[in-house]
Amino acid sequence: MTDLTELGVAAIRDGVAKGDFTAVEVAEAFNANVAAAQTALNAFIVATPELAVEAAKATDARRAAGQPLGKMGGVPIGMKDLFATKGVQTTAASHILEGFTPEYESTVSQKLWDAGAGMLGKLNLDQFAMGSSNETSYFGNVISPWRRSDGGNAALAPGGSSGGSSTAVAARLAPAATGTDTGGSIRQPAAFTGISGIKPTYGRCSRWGIVAFASSLDQAGPMARDVRDCAIMLEAMAGYDPKDATSLNLPVPEWEAGLSADMKGKKVGIPREYRMDGMDADVAASWDRGIEWLKDAGAEIVEISLPHTKYALPAYYIIAPAEASSNLARYDGVRYGLRDLPDGAGLQDMYAATRAAGFGAEVKRRILIGTYVLSAGFYDAYYTQAQKVRTLISHDFKNAFTQCDVILAPTAPTAAFGLGEKTDDPLSMYLNDVFAVPASLAGLPAMSVPAGLNREGLPLGLQIVGKPFDEQGVLNAGLAIESRAQFSAKPDKWW
Amino acid sequence: MSVDTATVAKIAALARIKVSEAELEAMVPELNGILAWVEQLGEVDVTGIEPMTAVIENHLRLRDDVIDADPLTGGGVRDKVLANAPAREDGFFGVPKVIE
Repeated sequence: MTDLTELGVAAIRDGVAKGDFTAVEVAEAFNANVAAAQTALNAFIVATPELAVEAAKATDARRAAGQPLGKMGGVPIGMKDLFATKGVQTTAASHILEGFTPEYESTVSQKLWDAGAGMLGKLNLDQFAMGSSNETSYFGNVISPWRRSDGGNAALAPGGSSGGSSTAVAARLAPAATGTDTGGSIRQPAAFTGISGIKPTYGRCSRWGIVAFASSLDQAGPMARDVRDCAIMLEAMAGYDPKDATSLNLPVPEWEAGLSADMKGKKVGIPREYRMDGMDADVAASWDRGIEWLKDAGAEIVEISLPHTKYALPAYYIIAPAEASSNLARYDGVRYGLRDLPDGAGLQDMYAATRAAGFGAEVKRRILIGTYVLSAGFYDAYYTQAQKVRTLISHDFKNAFTQCDVILAPTAPTAAFGLGEKTDDPLSMYLNDVFAVPASLAGLPAMSVPAGLNREGLPLGLQIVGKPFDEQGVLNAGLAIESRAQFSAKPDKWW
Repeated sequence: MSVDTATVAKIAALARIKVSEAELEAMVPELNGILAWVEQLGEVDVTGIEPMTAVIENHLRLRDDVIDADPLTGGGVRDKVLANAPAREDGFFGVPKVIE
């Protein structure tokens, strides 16, 4: 019998519908992989095998009754622990929310359950989604299933912040997982682990019930093994939600049905500012191969300019911490989560002690930066200036999209780095998102697809950025690359 | 612009995060490194440019003026609201004494 955990979303959905296997068999196979990998990979904060089986039983019962199974019927998934899940602990990988058990379900997770998916568990992440290596979680690092081909056993970063999601999909602990992307947190971990992931246009997926980091940037999206699986899952996740003031009131396109790898008549922009001095040779070579693949698919290649690219990261590191400092003000030890009440402390002392004990170092760093740039006397110099630069970055993309349909660039400047290599220097960690952040600032749909392995045997990703609302164009260019890259590498099982 | 220990202590107080002297000392160079790096935004000519307020054009809408139209965000759920509170008494959140 086929190893069911080698199957992706489409194969599981179709196999369950045809009766090749039952949804319960699928759920049990993934539950076993989750349990077997937990000690070594630490991808999950909480496993919920009983919920996966319960949803699978419901799918099997619907099939027996001849009822429709839904877009994700019979597919068990991992849920990033940033989505509120009713009755299941939701922590954002923080101590301050340890034990928090929501009384409600996030819109996106509810839509997935309504579409027939089941939950394998809550996935580890960087604390409050702040990080690029999954090293800021209160619940420990996630270890990438990948290792360098040099024979060494160095533990590598799975990327971040959706590091539990990327590891779970790459290691076959889940056929797909939810991610969230504020400044690359879906795309960079997807690139590091040889999987696909798409951040849709800002507003496509409701933010209601997602623990907020930087509200003008946060977007949910799927992470899965291939482009088709991403299209299917995004259809299930997206849609208008009156409970999110920035939710787009637009119909959800049928992205899976619209998939086409034919790029004839399409123009692909290559931003010259992304070809930076001292660029990693393997990353540059994979970018060149991507250009050839899209030409082969019929696309015309045009050079474009995004002149404010170098200012995107510094603008992001003002705007995101500013929003975070405001969003995270809610953690006060009163309404939910941790309370640290020293002997004889008053209310203000309790706030300060609770937040000191409950937030990790990176979260504190960002709250302090955010508080500073929003403080009286500095607001205009930092925050207003950054928001003006953000307008210019958005203009750059608008201008570029008069000359092309999609933009092709690397997802990250390097392959996965080792755990601990960048933790001493926050700036070097931030620079890892240099190619991902501009699309976030402009709210554009962007995806990463695997493009091959580097000289160390580690995956590299290529990024496609599209016009607002044009997820289809992004997915199609991703499919054109995927069908030519023929990426089939997977990590050797050592866990 | 750079920050000194006193400034970082003030920011931490504004952010309601208790920090020790040792933590303060460590944070000053870290924050200064980040602030020096974001400083490069000052060289961008932003004459006549409006600060961004919405990445994707959207209009702010009002919900219908109906009580509890959506039960998920409606009222009458006191016990659910209090369910995760570290301390609760008589249907209220419990906090240390504020007024003498």
